[in-house]
Amino acid sequence: MAHEHKLEIFRGLLKFKSNTQKIWGVLIFLSLVTAVEVVLGIYKPESLMSQVLGMKGLNWIFIILTIVKAYYITWDFMHMRDETKALRRMVVWTAIFLICYLIFILLQEGGYIESVYTDGYVKRDF
Amino acid sequence: MNTTVATTETETKTWGGGNQPLKASYGKMMMWFFIVSDALTFSGFLAAYGFSRFKFIDSWPIADEVFTHVPFFHGNYPMIYVAFMTFILIMSSVTMVLAVDAGHHMKKNAVTWYMFLTIIGGIIFVGSQAWEWGTFIKGDYGAVQTKGGNILQFGEYKTIDGEKVFKRVAVKDFTHATEKYRTEHERKNGLWFVQESTLPEYSVEEVYAGLAANENVLVRTQIINEEGEKTVLSRAESLKQIKDNGKLVVHGANLQVNEYGSPLFADFFFFITGFHGFHVFSGIVINIIIFFNVIIGTYERRKNYEMVEKVGLYWHFVDLVWVFVFTFFYLV
Repeated sequence: MAHEHKLEIFRGLLKFKSNTQKIWGVLIFLSLVTAVEVVLGIYKPESLMSQVLGMKGLNWIFIILTIVKAYYITWDFMHMRDETKALRRMVVWTAIFLICYLIFILLQEGGYIESVYTDGYVKRDF
Repeated sequence: MNTTVATTETETKTWGGGNQPLKASYGKMMMWFFIVSDALTFSGFLAAYGFSRFKFIDSWPIADEVFTHVPFFHGNYPMIYVAFMTFILIMSSVTMVLAVDAGHHMKKNAVTWYMFLTIIGGIIFVGSQAWEWGTFIKGDYGAVQTKGGNILQFGEYKTIDGEKVFKRVAVKDFTHATEKYRTEHERKNGLWFVQESTLPEYSVEEVYAGLAANENVLVRTQIINEEGEKTVLSRAESLKQIKDNGKLVVHGANLQVNEYGSPLFADFFFFITGFHGFHVFSGIVINIIIFFNVIIGTYERRKNYEMVEKVGLYWHFVDLVWVFVFTFFYLV
């Protein structure tokens, strides 16, 4: 099977010589990201604890780093980079759209119930 | 006449079958669509977790205080073990993708070895997860559950390096069990079809007596204060809470009670990591089947290793889900 692999990551900033080399490169990158997450998770720097868009700044960093990791796992390990545009969009856009919708609905509702508990007259600690 | 013939020919090319606009085989495409639906299932679970967490945002357990153990080491090491598990899973993803790559070059031996390493990685991961579950179920300090279902934990202020730090104290360190008012009803000594769950080691009265006797022990509630820490009550308030609201002494976590805080946290933990662990388990089984197929040369005869690529997709997906579970259970 003659398989064509696209060998550059970071929008062409880094180009590997072979597919195997790219795999190890991506592994190093993913390990680095995980290490950063763990270190931030253990030390929890005070400067990142302020509220940004309804959540701690640090939590936003974690979520963004997770999405970055997910991108490289899908694009390089699952070879999404080498698939046709149509297949890629069919899979990725569908999932992203539905997941965003679900998260919005459920978190909105959860926040609302929390506000009823806190500001309303519902007692839940007897 | 000529033009008509030409049109018919083009139509045969497009609609006559054998056309692959996505340049992917049927099996691979269907694996992708299965992954999309499975991803939606997992995001349903994680979004439900987010819902419950937002609902109890001011009293949710702090993961760093829950998952602090590392096998063979005593002490407090939050995040370390789960980071190790994450690394193992990413590593086994790498050996999987190397197996796929070796398959493209028709290197049977390399595929065999990489598949073998992938399976080993998967087994280490599932074993770690089982250990993590065991530790969580066993619990460490114990706590008192109130009538409203909230959790009251114990601890004392200690001065470490000139700083006043709140250190947790285990229930068994200040409570003495008096004689049990009754024995547990087991199958063997009563009606054989009736049994009950294990009785708690201590009654709330015993915990209260222990608390009253130890001047420095204080109660910590679930409520998170402005500093992002759980609220510690004053001595008088501590005694009052246990006396008035204490209902049950709990130790460890299960689907009904959770010594670390909201029982929902334990429910979601067991459900989501369990569902993910089941995926890893089935992934290992599928990998083993493919591993033996590689050894007996099935794909060598087929002249392509696309099956390895398809199970590879599934295996990477399991890794992908873990990345999110890791973030939402342990980090955020």
